[in-house]
Amino acid sequence: MREINEMLKKKVSELLENGTADRIIGWQAGEFCYDVTPAVMRKDNLDELFYNGFCGANQSKYLIQESLEEGKVLALLKPCDTYSFNQLVKEHRVNREKVYALGIPCSGMLDVDKIKALGITGILSIEDNGEEIKVATMYGDKTCKRTEVLQERCKVCKGKEHKAYDELLIPDEDAPEVPNGEDRFELVNKLEAMTSQERFDFWRGELSKCIRCNACRNVCPACSCRTCVFDNDNSGVAAKSNADDFEENMFHIIRAFHVAGRCTDCGECSRVCPQHIPLHLLNRKFIKDIDEFYGEFQAGEDDTAKGPLTAYTEGDCEPSIVMEKGGEA
Amino acid sequence: MQKIGVFVCWCGSNIAATVDVAAVAEAVKGEPGVVFATDYQYMCSEGGQSLIKETIKEQGLTGVVICSCSPRMHEATFRKTVEAAGINPYMLEIANIREQCSWIHKNKEEGTEKAIILAKAAVAKLNLNTPLIAGESRVVKRALVIGGGIAGIQTALDIAEAGYEVDIVEKQPTIGGKMTQIDKTFPTLDCAACILTPKMVDAAQSEKINIYSYSEVEKVSGFVGNFSVTIKKKPRYVNSDLCTGCGACMEKCPSKKTPNEFNMGLDNRTAIYIPFAQAIPKVPVIDTAACLHFKTGKCGICQKTCSANAIDFDQKEELITKEYGAIVVATGFNPLKPTKFDEYQYNQCADVVTSLEFERLMNAAGPTKGVLLRPSDQSHPKKIVFVQCVGSRGQSCRDHSYCSKICCMYTAKHAMLVRDKYPDTDVTVFYIDVRTPGKNFDEFYRRAVEEYGVHYIKGMVGKVEQVDGSLKVQASDLLSNDQMVLDADMVVLATAVEPDPTAKSLATMLTASIDTNNFFTEAHPKLRPVESPTAGVYLSGVCQGPKDIPETVAQGSACAAKVIGLLAKDKLLSNPCVAHSDELLCNGCSTCANVCAYGAIDYVDKEVNDHGKREVRHIAVVNEAVCQGCGACTVTCPSGAMDLKGFANRQIMAEVDAICK
Repeated sequence: MREINEMLKKKVSELLENGTADRIIGWQAGEFCYDVTPAVMRKDNLDELFYNGFCGANQSKYLIQESLEEGKVLALLKPCDTYSFNQLVKEHRVNREKVYALGIPCSGMLDVDKIKALGITGILSIEDNGEEIKVATMYGDKTCKRTEVLQERCKVCKGKEHKAYDELLIPDEDAPEVPNGEDRFELVNKLEAMTSQERFDFWRGELSKCIRCNACRNVCPACSCRTCVFDNDNSGVAAKSNADDFEENMFHIIRAFHVAGRCTDCGECSRVCPQHIPLHLLNRKFIKDIDEFYGEFQAGEDDTAKGPLTAYTEGDCEPSIVMEKGGEA
Repeated sequence: MQKIGVFVCWCGSNIAATVDVAAVAEAVKGEPGVVFATDYQYMCSEGGQSLIKETIKEQGLTGVVICSCSPRMHEATFRKTVEAAGINPYMLEIANIREQCSWIHKNKEEGTEKAIILAKAAVAKLNLNTPLIAGESRVVKRALVIGGGIAGIQTALDIAEAGYEVDIVEKQPTIGGKMTQIDKTFPTLDCAACILTPKMVDAAQSEKINIYSYSEVEKVSGFVGNFSVTIKKKPRYVNSDLCTGCGACMEKCPSKKTPNEFNMGLDNRTAIYIPFAQAIPKVPVIDTAACLHFKTGKCGICQKTCSANAIDFDQKEELITKEYGAIVVATGFNPLKPTKFDEYQYNQCADVVTSLEFERLMNAAGPTKGVLLRPSDQSHPKKIVFVQCVGSRGQSCRDHSYCSKICCMYTAKHAMLVRDKYPDTDVTVFYIDVRTPGKNFDEFYRRAVEEYGVHYIKGMVGKVEQVDGSLKVQASDLLSNDQMVLDADMVVLATAVEPDPTAKSLATMLTASIDTNNFFTEAHPKLRPVESPTAGVYLSGVCQGPKDIPETVAQGSACAAKVIGLLAKDKLLSNPCVAHSDELLCNGCSTCANVCAYGAIDYVDKEVNDHGKREVRHIAVVNEAVCQGCGACTVTCPSGAMDLKGFANRQIMAEVDAICK
């Protein structure tokens, strides 16, 4: 990781120096080292640039605003970020010409809650070296296994291939192998196997934890509307007081429908949820259904293909079949 | 605030028997905006319409809700009514309390409750209606007929007769369709060719009719009065302008082993061929799958033989795009191929034939020159068994549930003709029912039984077996409850009528609807039988459902009358219920344009003023003349920028809220 960081710094300063881009979206740590958010940097504060296992945030969404500004912006895209990037380019939300995409390798992002769950607290910094993670804490240095503390989404990684880039920091084939092999629909299968009452109870239990902080919406690359329907006074649903607490839950269901067919399964919604609601499962259910009804489809695989929900072919399954797959009434 | 009048129709007992109409009128009186509510026996009658007009004037209504039948039935009627009384026609809402309520409920209490809810939903929507003004669009004075069988020819001739241009697109090398293969026609037994070929010639010689044979419709866009159609002209590899139709190329062609489609594969044809002598146009086509030149690069005998230099191996597919005001679907049918009916041994035994194959065996222009010979050994059959309803009126997945309508009559015809020509032949017909409604039809069938001595047995054939070159037919006689085994020299299967396989993809192109059997659906099964639900698309012949020749011709002419009515207009009023995009909400994602079936959405760079912030954005703009108001864009739009006039999201939400209250 140290090596990658050095290569990255060198490459970025070179690209800013030679005028390829005039600024970069990097990451910036907050009060804690694991509290990392994207931040715009220029030549003068490039020293702060770093890249480690806590840089999970998908930069694609930030490019919507950045690509409207003057000049070209340098984006650091991990392989999975490129899916969202493609999707946003396809929807004309990111101006491709205003972005220089540098593909960076990723060996899986870390979940600080899992580190803490191992009893490692008072975290000061980490050193991310392959299989083993060294964690410097207020109580001395600790180590843990990388596989134990990976984010859930990284266990079902889409692979190390970048689907869009102007340049790669290192060739994809030389990038570290990513853990894989788990079935990403395992939990969806479990939900499908439930009775409708059990499923309803499961989601009521999860969704009623929601505090409507809107973090999931704000981070979601598919939630890219200029004016969100929930912020639009004319929509009839903006900032409206809810008749009951179930209506509150509808926010997430509406959002899942809204991103269906466009969601790349980047998992940012669940990563940022302060209430740890497994929101990505709603999206994955849609992805699984789309795969089954219309053939396998990965949103953001390229920046041209029409999504199955907005394209018609004669082979499309009949509505009655979609109805049948909805489970018992 | 609206001043709304609600009128609840009894529709005689259609609604009033299952819905307490007075209770519905009473229940909506307290709804927002409602100032008047009443019920009346027939709202669509003159008295009912007068009541609406008078009330509008007396009460100063701004909008009207009519609780009655489906808007497909009388919305246009009532729009005219309210307009006559000075209200914008789009300030009318129909609550469908007949098809969606009284007809599907038995319990009056439930029916009434639902009718009240539907009425309240219509009131809630009407409160948000705004007056809409219809635009105008032009009418291209030319019609396209897809399919050049008897239906398409009749429609084209009648339209041409009225002075309008017509193009016929026929996928086969010749026009004429299935009727060209038929020998005699019931119930008069006149020769099919004698009555069809003059019509084919009329079509070819008409100055107003242009025939695209060996061509297919590739793409359709536009809307009523303004269709743009791309026609794919397949290469014949013969220059139609040069060819004289002499047939020398066919005589010399060394590839002679291709099953002849026109004779149902009962004999062979050459690789370069004209389907039959009276074909129009009388220009051969080269079957590239059989042609030695295309297969090996050698041969080319036809080219050397042709004195007109008409053979052109380099001919390419041609795409022609033309504008039409109206489109007629006349794609006809194919008889079912009974390959899945193993009990009849059709696949195994040459002497088990379909009725159309039998037709060719009886035809003077057929493979046997009209002498009835068994395909297996060319001997005269002495015992023939006809089996009706093969693939029709069945319940299994290989059957169609519908009656193919023509089989009873043509089977009687076949039986009669055999007995007439070969009186020593024993003819037996197995039937479920003999269906002979039609002028002189039952008399015809009686003649077959009484004068010609055809044995009719009510019952179905269970199995056909081949034993020593002859056939054993196992069947049951349902009237005497006997199981029987008959010897037969030939078995003739009256196979079901199936819509042409192109129907499904064509329906998609035309956005016209088809039923579960792939027959085109008419706009109204009784009152609009020759129009499709898509404006400007009309139905002629068997593509709409099984028909015999007189019915097909009648429908073809009826269809022409509708087309002529449209083409006679100079302008059409367009539907003002079209989509529009809120430029401040539009993300410019272009998903709406992806789903628009009419190509009505363009993307433009436009300066917008977003609360004082001026910037150029790439946004969607709807071409209102092209938009058909289907609403696909509104449900696809992720940001809610797209909305439909007359069916705005908030109007629909108001309806839902009213229903869920």
